[in-house]
Amino acid sequence: MATESHGSTGYIVHHLTPLSTGEGFWTFHLDTLFFSLFLGLVFLSLFRRAAEKATAGVPSGIQNFAELLVEFVDNQVKDSFHGRNPLIAPLALTIFCWIWLMNFMDLMPVDLLPAMGSAIGLTYLRVVPSTDLNATFGMSLTVFALIIFYNLKVKGVYHFGKELLFHPFDSVFLVPFNILLNLVEYIAKPVSLALRLFGNMYAGELIFILIALLPCYVQPFLSFPWAVFHILIITLQAFIFMVLTIVYLSMAHEEH
Amino acid sequence: MSINATLIGQMITFALLVWFTMKYVWPPLMQAMEERKKRIAEGLAAAEKGKQEMEMAEKRAKTLLKEAKNQAAEIVTLAQKRANEVVDESKQAAKVEGERLVAVAKSEIDQQVQQAKETLQKQVSTLAVAAAEQILAAEVDEARHKAMLADISQQLG
Repeated sequence: MATESHGSTGYIVHHLTPLSTGEGFWTFHLDTLFFSLFLGLVFLSLFRRAAEKATAGVPSGIQNFAELLVEFVDNQVKDSFHGRNPLIAPLALTIFCWIWLMNFMDLMPVDLLPAMGSAIGLTYLRVVPSTDLNATFGMSLTVFALIIFYNLKVKGVYHFGKELLFHPFDSVFLVPFNILLNLVEYIAKPVSLALRLFGNMYAGELIFILIALLPCYVQPFLSFPWAVFHILIITLQAFIFMVLTIVYLSMAHEEH
Repeated sequence: MSINATLIGQMITFALLVWFTMKYVWPPLMQAMEERKKRIAEGLAAAEKGKQEMEMAEKRAKTLLKEAKNQAAEIVTLAQKRANEVVDESKQAAKVEGERLVAVAKSEIDQQVQQAKETLQKQVSTLAVAAAEQILAAEVDEARHKAMLADISQQLG
């Protein structure tokens, strides 16, 4: 590992630079796209296999595992969401599993995949998709779109508009103030969702990289506890994202 | 650290994942779980019912056993009574038979004694007659006693 200041900065920057193609807005982070899609397919194939073989009899190992998660998510949805919507629970399951898998990439040795990548000619490789704002915002904005969609669908344009204008203060004079409050409230949802996940994962990954800069005889004593702690973090972050999504969508279904 | 077109790609990926999960993953798993839940509930209900039935059957078996015991005791009592009766009856019969046999034997003995008496009488009378004849043959003189004999035969005739 590089020990001098410039070298370590270079090491950190290298690790946090995505493999990208394109210019300006039309830049694609290939590593983020690839890993998130790959992990999404891992999730889908695992659960699809369980769903295909699903029996009402004694469940096999994989079905048992899938049912464990499904039941866990279903309970969360039942706790916070009181409407009837066949989208919410599968959405929550997808969010939980996908984010968990993306976060899990954090626990990979920091140099393993980038080194393998450089062996096949990839100059940069950032393996944790959830350390990419595009990935976290991709999810939170989709959730936001669903929030708006269900607000309009359940409450109707009239009621939703009325709620934006006359809530929380039911007075014509306070309409601008209400609009401001509601705007902040609505925009805060996707932004906080995305930034919370991104911030946690980015910081976690950064600490792994910093630990990797230390002498090799110190590294295990730091990276092991941090990794163990991180198992909690990645699960917790996936859980928080899922629960908040359910809560936000539940709010979209309820009249004030 | 910049928002760019990757965002669009991520949104599409996310939407596809959610769509697939909603369509092909969630329903079969949920259905299987619901079905299992139903089956378990049915199984538990059946077990409960079976338990109740067993309890009832046990109760019935107990009653039956009790009845059977009572009946058996009754039968034993009756049999004992009957046995006593039979013993008494046979004792009575034996007594009667014995008495009868004794009576028969007695009457036979009486008869034989009578017969023996008669035979003895006959023999005694024959002997007496024979002795009388001899005495008479020696003593009686036809001529002397002719009138007497004629008188006797006249009296007899």
